[in-house]
Amino acid sequence: MPRTLRERLFMLSMGSFLLLYILWPLGGLFLRADWGLVASASREGDVLSALWRSIWTAAAATVIIALFGTPLAYFLARQRFRGKAILEAVIDVPIMIPHTVAGIAVLMAFSPKAPAGALLTSIGLSPVNSNLGVILACMFVSIPFYVDAARDAFYAVSPRTENVARTLGASFPHVFFRISLPLARKGLISGLIMSWARGVSEFGAIVIIAYHPMVAPTLIYDRFATFGLKYSTPVAVQLILVCLGMFVILRLLAAGKRKEDAET
Amino acid sequence: MIELENLSVNLRTFRLESLSLRIAPGEFFMIVGPSGAGKTILLESIAGLRLARGRVRIRGRDVTPLPPEKRNVALVYQNYALFPHLTVERNIRWGLRFVSDPDAGHVESLVDLLKLRSLLSRSPETLSGGEQQRVALARALAVKPSVLLLDEPLSALDPSFREELRDYLAEINRSGMTIVMVSHDFGEVLSLGNRVAIISDGILQQVGDVRSVFRAPANRQVAEFVGMKNLFPASIRGGTAVLEGGTTLRLEGDLSNGERLLGIRPEDILISGKRPNCLGNAFPGRVVSIVPRGMAFEVILLTDVGARITARMLSSALLSEGIGIGEEYWASFSPGSVHIL
Repeated sequence: MPRTLRERLFMLSMGSFLLLYILWPLGGLFLRADWGLVASASREGDVLSALWRSIWTAAAATVIIALFGTPLAYFLARQRFRGKAILEAVIDVPIMIPHTVAGIAVLMAFSPKAPAGALLTSIGLSPVNSNLGVILACMFVSIPFYVDAARDAFYAVSPRTENVARTLGASFPHVFFRISLPLARKGLISGLIMSWARGVSEFGAIVIIAYHPMVAPTLIYDRFATFGLKYSTPVAVQLILVCLGMFVILRLLAAGKRKEDAET
Repeated sequence: MIELENLSVNLRTFRLESLSLRIAPGEFFMIVGPSGAGKTILLESIAGLRLARGRVRIRGRDVTPLPPEKRNVALVYQNYALFPHLTVERNIRWGLRFVSDPDAGHVESLVDLLKLRSLLSRSPETLSGGEQQRVALARALAVKPSVLLLDEPLSALDPSFREELRDYLAEINRSGMTIVMVSHDFGEVLSLGNRVAIISDGILQQVGDVRSVFRAPANRQVAEFVGMKNLFPASIRGGTAVLEGGTTLRLEGDLSNGERLLGIRPEDILISGKRPNCLGNAFPGRVVSIVPRGMAFEVILLTDVGARITARMLSSALLSEGIGIGEEYWASFSPGSVHIL
């Protein structure tokens, strides 16, 4: 723990370099943006629908990940077994590989010629160039962000607390929903937000499986490629504003819920 | 009350070997042994929290295939394991929803017995260790378990709280509750337990009445654990024992000849300036060290023939004899104090 003023100043000055590295380019984006164009972009149907699609497809992907990822994360937190490190490495693969590669892999798995794609197509769901395609791509890249956070959250819940609850008469599902989940909630919410944020910001994987319908990152790229920097910046600014807003709201909601719990 | 039959647990790093035990109703049964001996795993196996081979019977009912929530046992851990997101009151009442006929009066009397009334609305994190352990006890007892399993419930507490909680445990046991308690402290065992099982390396070393295990440990491991510091290999010939180096001890009772391990409790050894004439075994030697141990001192005397004898003395006795390091004294003990392991 830094104690003297000098120690603290040293830490602060070293740390502020990275902070500046984030804030400087983003600040520049805001300062140099043509706010007239930003305003007109916010009335444009294409822009609004792309922004909205980014938000809801990422959210849908996150819901699916939470549904299947929560039991997986709990399992990883509670069990020790041979090959666990390999399993955990597999879960982290989407972080390591280039997102275009992820997109190609997802496209190949869900193209109408592949079994999974054929199955979806046969029930009338098209995985390519569709909202579903966007969700499939988002899921692939977001999985590690939720599962890792959820695993760490469950790991921090003492198995002894769960054991005591069992001996008091509660079944395994009851203990899971009334003890493990509430105690892990902070980390789980954090994982959900990270998973969602990753989906909103995804471009590389989405663009390969679904250029259309456009999500915000694709639209920004599209505007940049066809009209140049000046016309892509307003959409970028919009996306940053929307994401920052959602982020702050979600974090506040999570914090507020915690406070409420502590009081009851 | 509890019968364990060939209970075995096989973990990757640890095994509990085919353990059989009977615990009587109303008994305060202690399980002791060095850390890593498998005591917690044994408790968790009784509670059904570990997959184990063998049989577990509670109140005559075979609970082996039952999950923990169907066994009606309560478990209290050393680190309390309270539900941190719930108030003290909700912690205590947590198990009641699973009880078919909750007894409100019983919970109220527990709250009073354990002096928790003023803490009911508090969050567990704001409580002292002793208070948290009282809450954990109330939570466990609220569901009227048929047996209370305690995993080193006193170890994490300050000494002052420890004594208080020890009294509560004794009181709960007096009211008829069967208690199985894991401990690594023989003082706790002596003050609370009726019977004791000693486990080390996953193997049951000895079971019996607390005093008899304390006086007559079955083997070296148990002897070391119960604080029998003077252990000597000896050959027994017609009522006397010859130690390595030639020292001869007088023994009591009829003993078969052979190579055995002798043990003498340090409390049973008298250190004095003159040779006492009432004790059968007396050896001159030089005091080589005096180590404070709690309220008493451990005096180590090296006899002229090279045996190290450890005696335990109160400080008053140490002072009145004027015992100091490097001086010549007699170590003596009666033949009845020599235990053959």
